[in-house]
Amino acid sequence: MSKRDRDRVVTREQRIVETFVELADTMVEDFDVVEFLHRLAERCVELLDCAEAGLLLADAAGVLRVMASSSERSDALDLLQSQNEEGPCFECYRRGVPVFSEDLTADAGRWPTFAPMAVQMGFRSVQAIPMRVRGETVGALNLFRAVAGRLVQQDMPLGQGMADIAAIALLQERAVRQAHGVVGQLQGALSSRVIIEQAKGVLAERAHIGVDAAFARMRTHARAHNLRLSNVARELIDGHLDVASLSDPALGVSTPER
Amino acid sequence: MAEADGGGSVSPIDRVCVAAVVLLLLRGAGLSLMVDGELRGTAGVSDPGIAVVQELQLTLGEGPCVDAWTSRAPVLESDLADPAVVRWPAFAQAGVDAGVLAVFAFPLALGAIRIGVLVLYRDRSGELSADELAYSLVLADVATHMVLGLQAGAPAGALHELLAREPPHWAEIHQATGMVSVQLGVSLDEAFVRLRAHAFAEGLPLRAVAREIVTRRLRLEEPA
Repeated sequence: MSKRDRDRVVTREQRIVETFVELADTMVEDFDVVEFLHRLAERCVELLDCAEAGLLLADAAGVLRVMASSSERSDALDLLQSQNEEGPCFECYRRGVPVFSEDLTADAGRWPTFAPMAVQMGFRSVQAIPMRVRGETVGALNLFRAVAGRLVQQDMPLGQGMADIAAIALLQERAVRQAHGVVGQLQGALSSRVIIEQAKGVLAERAHIGVDAAFARMRTHARAHNLRLSNVARELIDGHLDVASLSDPALGVSTPER
Repeated sequence: MAEADGGGSVSPIDRVCVAAVVLLLLRGAGLSLMVDGELRGTAGVSDPGIAVVQELQLTLGEGPCVDAWTSRAPVLESDLADPAVVRWPAFAQAGVDAGVLAVFAFPLALGAIRIGVLVLYRDRSGELSADELAYSLVLADVATHMVLGLQAGAPAGALHELLAREPPHWAEIHQATGMVSVQLGVSLDEAFVRLRAHAFAEGLPLRAVAREIVTRRLRLEEPA
């Protein structure tokens, strides 16, 4: 190997390491996953021998959606998106294995919509690599080349590595989003419990009744007006609910609210 | 295995507290859930005895939980009986009376969102070693995920039943607060402060004062 070739190899390896460090660094809490995936797609173009790269992720219904692309071209996005019915990513996602075409001009029979579209855009070959986490395929990394052939053997592990990072990032982001939702529910439930007890006391004192009787009136009112108990409690505490509006359930009569 | 007050069986969070006790040679451990800096529930304790100490922080309105919440960092007090210790005078005294000589509190958080505090209690003074500190942080992390994991399985709008480990008098304290807010014509926060102050002045446990209020044997009124 010439010195120039050696330098080029070292530089590329350096670049690969830098890329992985950069990507790992951005995987912090509250990171922007779309921005991250866009950057990852750009790195794929830089490090792998391809012209364009795109990432598709399956939604809850199992439909593949474009998450990021190295290209801004709308027809490139269309090409990516067209694969929710047919194409390398569609197969890759369904089967969980890499799928490729060395020559799209010869694969019109295999992918009647996708192949001609890709060829028209100047792409001659394509590779789809599954994004997998813990045995689950969540989407696919799509690599397009302007020439025929396939990804060289040495680049396959790198391509899979990029796909794996993308999968991890997406799952982490989803987990964080879900966790935030649970925290909201937790805090809401904790607060509701307390204000319901406080409201029982407030009503008991205002209406000169016991706390159990107060609770009964709150429940009756909530049911009659199809309100949540915590809402009734909040209204009582804030003074927006007049005590007289809360009937004595024993009387079975509900006086109208003012 | 002793049962925790307020619940029947041992909950997963109780078990985390027990694990902490075993791993770190503690007197006890407790996990409090908090909202906006206020103690809003006990998710688990290692034993009923330490539950009393954990809940003192609610009744006294001071202690390592609030500090850990506010500072978003562990609060480590290695010598509760040291007269030079000036924070939480009432809690420190009550802790020492109960045999607790060191407390270590760890905020439970998901990124920037805080959900509560895990408090570790020791019956001897002394700092946590670097290893013990590392274990504590891991336990706090585990506890956070367990709480959220449990709550994720709760019906909408409700607290998961395994996360509600408060003793029975807990509800009366909040009911009494409501009553006092009307009696004194003050906000709920102010009413709670007055309730605590009354209990402190009379040397009574807060739950006893709350019971007196709720059963109408006591009213708090403005002096004439």
